[in-house]
Amino acid sequence: MKTVASQVSKQFNALSERAQKHLKSLGHPQSVVIQVGSATCENAAGSREVRSEFQKHIAASGRDDIILRQTGCTGRCSREPIVSVFKPGQVPIKYELVNRELVHEIFTQHVLAGEPLLDKVLDGPMTHMYRYELLYCASERCGWNETKSCGDALREKIAAKGLGKETLRVDQASCFGACGVEQIGKCSHILVRPDKVLYRIRSEADIDTIIDEHILGGQIVDKLVVPGKTVGRKFMELYGDVSFFNRQSRVAMRHNGVIDPTSMEEYFRYRGFHALATVLEKGDPNWVIEQITEAKLRGRGGGGFSTGAKWTMGANSAKGVRYLVCNADEGDPGAFMDRSMLESDPLNVVEGMIIGAYAIGATQGYVYIRAEYPLAIERIKHAIQLCREWGLLGKDILGSGFDFELDIRLGAGAFVCGEETALIHSIEGERGQPRFRPPYPTESGIWGRPTVINNVETFANITAILNYGADWFGQIGTEVSGGTKVFALAGKVLHTGLVEVPMGTTLHDVVMEIGGGAAGKKKLKAIQTGGSAGGFIPAKWLDTKIDFDTLNKAGSIMGSGGMIVLDEDDCMVDIAKFFLVFSQEESCGKCTPCREGTTRMLEILNKITEGRGTEEDIERLERLAKLAQKASLCGLGKTAPNPVLSTLEHFREEFIAHVIEKRCPAKKCTALIHYVIDEEKCIGCTACARNCPVNCIAGQRKQLHVIDQEHCIKCGRCFEVCRFEAVIKE
Amino acid sequence: MVEADSRAVLGEDIAEFIDECRKDEHPRGLLIAVLHKVQAKFGFLDGPHLDAVAQLLRVPAADVSGVASFYHYFRLKPRGKYMIHICMGTACFVKGADLVAAKLKDELGITFGETSPDGMFSLEGTRCIGTCGLAPVMMIDENVHAEVTPDKIPVILEEYLQKARAEKE
Ligand SMILES: Cc1cc2nc3c(=O)[nH]c(=O)nc-3n(C[C@H](O)[C@H](O)[C@H](O)COP(=O)(O)O)c2cc1C
Ligand code: SF4
Ligand code: SF4
Ligand code: SF4
Ligand code: FES
Ligand code: FES
Repeated sequence: MKTVASQVSKQFNALSERAQKHLKSLGHPQSVVIQVGSATCENAAGSREVRSEFQKHIAASGRDDIILRQTGCTGRCSREPIVSVFKPGQVPIKYELVNRELVHEIFTQHVLAGEPLLDKVLDGPMTHMYRYELLYCASERCGWNETKSCGDALREKIAAKGLGKETLRVDQASCFGACGVEQIGKCSHILVRPDKVLYRIRSEADIDTIIDEHILGGQIVDKLVVPGKTVGRKFMELYGDVSFFNRQSRVAMRHNGVIDPTSMEEYFRYRGFHALATVLEKGDPNWVIEQITEAKLRGRGGGGFSTGAKWTMGANSAKGVRYLVCNADEGDPGAFMDRSMLESDPLNVVEGMIIGAYAIGATQGYVYIRAEYPLAIERIKHAIQLCREWGLLGKDILGSGFDFELDIRLGAGAFVCGEETALIHSIEGERGQPRFRPPYPTESGIWGRPTVINNVETFANITAILNYGADWFGQIGTEVSGGTKVFALAGKVLHTGLVEVPMGTTLHDVVMEIGGGAAGKKKLKAIQTGGSAGGFIPAKWLDTKIDFDTLNKAGSIMGSGGMIVLDEDDCMVDIAKFFLVFSQEESCGKCTPCREGTTRMLEILNKITEGRGTEEDIERLERLAKLAQKASLCGLGKTAPNPVLSTLEHFREEFIAHVIEKRCPAKKCTALIHYVIDEEKCIGCTACARNCPVNCIAGQRKQLHVIDQEHCIKCGRCFEVCRFEAVIKE
Repeated sequence: MVEADSRAVLGEDIAEFIDECRKDEHPRGLLIAVLHKVQAKFGFLDGPHLDAVAQLLRVPAADVSGVASFYHYFRLKPRGKYMIHICMGTACFVKGADLVAAKLKDELGITFGETSPDGMFSLEGTRCIGTCGLAPVMMIDENVHAEVTPDKIPVILEEYLQKARAEKE
């Protein structure tokens, strides 16, 4: 055993050195770094052009101390492209919505002349530059004992010392991950930027010390620095710049938008393969499983099954060939965290898989990834290739004697293939139809061999657990569910993007605090979670804590973490119908309750949205839904009725309005609305008449126009083109 | 059909890829990968392609066509020069993807699954391409167009037509 351990550490150290040497050769420490994102979403927003524009500027400037780096995405979709500028000694600045013109300004004014463009920064505008930024932990857990809140105390003291806004800025952040059990309720934490120093404070006096010695005296207060080993400290040193913007706690996504996803060397700098080396040096697969179990990691693919328990079953399964699969099918429309992780930090997922394979004794792994994600496929392929070149995949990994091969299998656009038994059929080259369980895949999976299947985000958490400790990971989150969860915020929310927060965070924090609430001053109506298998949580339940169990209780599910925000303009009946169309089209057709059930339910919903529904229809709908739930073979059919049942529970009045009053309260269902022109507002510009596809609008130039209701096909063109708000929906 | 004919139908590059696949312990598991390659090369899966794959990979022809028709991503009809995938996923739907889709259908004079008469565009509705934060989105070949509105459609289509014209010259 001993020789294996020393062999592993020798090989690992050699790789680390190789990485370090390469990184050193890249540039001197005083360089200015310009960082541009590169992921599907960033590219769609125009980041490719931004990058090439910076390249031109750098070349033209003739400077060799300006470095252009590529990273994945930070998950702030609605603000992309995002560009960060790091100048030594200056608070890092992030710019949002960067385009060609802005590149020029950033380059000439900030990079060359040292004057940041304060009105263009992310979540700006900033009114002034400051030397320091103090972020204090506003999370409930490590809250402290003093009567005054940490934030209040901090602000008062700063005011008392007469420190101006040019010197520092104070803001709150979410959990820094520095709170072990023994600290709970006794202290708080403050991060000082740009120095990336994380302090633990127990009293107001500690705050005085930090201000006097660090802010005014320029000296780091060693005795208050969070000591050596804690994660918080490490996180701060490495990721202090991005992880906590916007009150998130990033664990699975800790490298996203920080490292270059195509560089093995950079991954090494961020403790890459440290966890694998530790595991192989220890040489005990059981130890790994114990850690994962202790961390209370639950699968992030939707089911929330304990990963430790699943790996135990894998490790105890029949001897011989075993397989490990990463489920990167991400079929739930509205979820995109897996894509982002694969594009922004693919090596982390691969390392998690190698560790998983070692734990369960698998020699072959597959990443099953949907074909709709070309860039993610490219990045994960590249990551696998790099691992082979560096001796981290293949035979005798790091000299440990452990062999593991990893290959890619592409999906082909069938949602049901995300279901594990269907996925297995797909990997076997069959039609992706689910089968009855048991036997479970851990007993009989690919080619009849034991197979462990986990989600991308599940694997992305493995290295964090092993590098920073199972107890720490278990601390974050709830009693029964450790760590964080990544949510994809989309729909009618102000800030769309990826949000990673501890399990147990409230919906309010995610949607209102981080997401900024409903966009465009609209009223928030509901939040959809869990996609076509989930349900709706009405706005009045925003204080629901997000966890597998609590969401179930609220009549929805966690699912993979898609979160679609709906506002007053959304018709709940229409949305329920949307999900049912989805399930009906994606049903593999193998069993009747699902195939026929979804079709029949859809017929009823069509009837209702077309204004032909009756009260009995609502009851029939409920009956059919319950039947499909009970009698379907796989998860797709069992959960397909959920959106319908959930809308019936929370928004029954909208169904009633459609059925009895023949009215669509959100004015969405075409059959139940009509377009009319307001006599007062119409100025006779003729725009509507010119755009009406069926020529049913009459009126002379500069005179009132009128819609012929008989012939109107309710296409809505007139409503869109009228610039005088004269066309109204009724 | 003799094997040489099958190789000719698919081309030597794909035939060789299949040869490689056959060395795998479970060649059948690579059927979907092979079909992806064929579609990438020819734009769609034609009957003769499927038969050739069946023969070279040693998989029953009925299984090959069964798999090809099960997965939505595989096209069994020829496609236009550019492939438009408009996302009809939840995030895009609530942000008005249906209006964008209607405009696309209107402009191209076709519906989902069809190709415009000039052979330039094929239109397909798809489920989430993972850029929900920039909804509504559509993908033309591998380029993602973000936050599209009906008004932007003619402009975007024209860009591609111009590109095609430029290529011709
Ligand atoms: C219809 C259906 C679709 C699913 N799609 C996915 C998916 O896209 N990604 C995923 O990880 N799990 C998906 N699952 C869950 C998987 O069956 C499986 O539970 C999961 O991959 C296990 O990984 P975990 O334990 O890490 O969560 C789906 C389940 C069903 C019933
Ligand atoms: S429940 Fe639906 S998707 Fe699942 S096996 Fe039955 S028909 Fe297929
Ligand atoms: S577009 Fe509006 S203002 Fe112009 S004619 Fe039509 S209704 Fe009147
Ligand atoms: S809704 Fe359409 S068909 Fe009806 S009047 Fe307006 S433009 Fe014409
Ligand atoms: S920022 Fe990449 S997920 Fe949107
Ligand atoms: S729902 Fe359209 S990209 Fe996800």
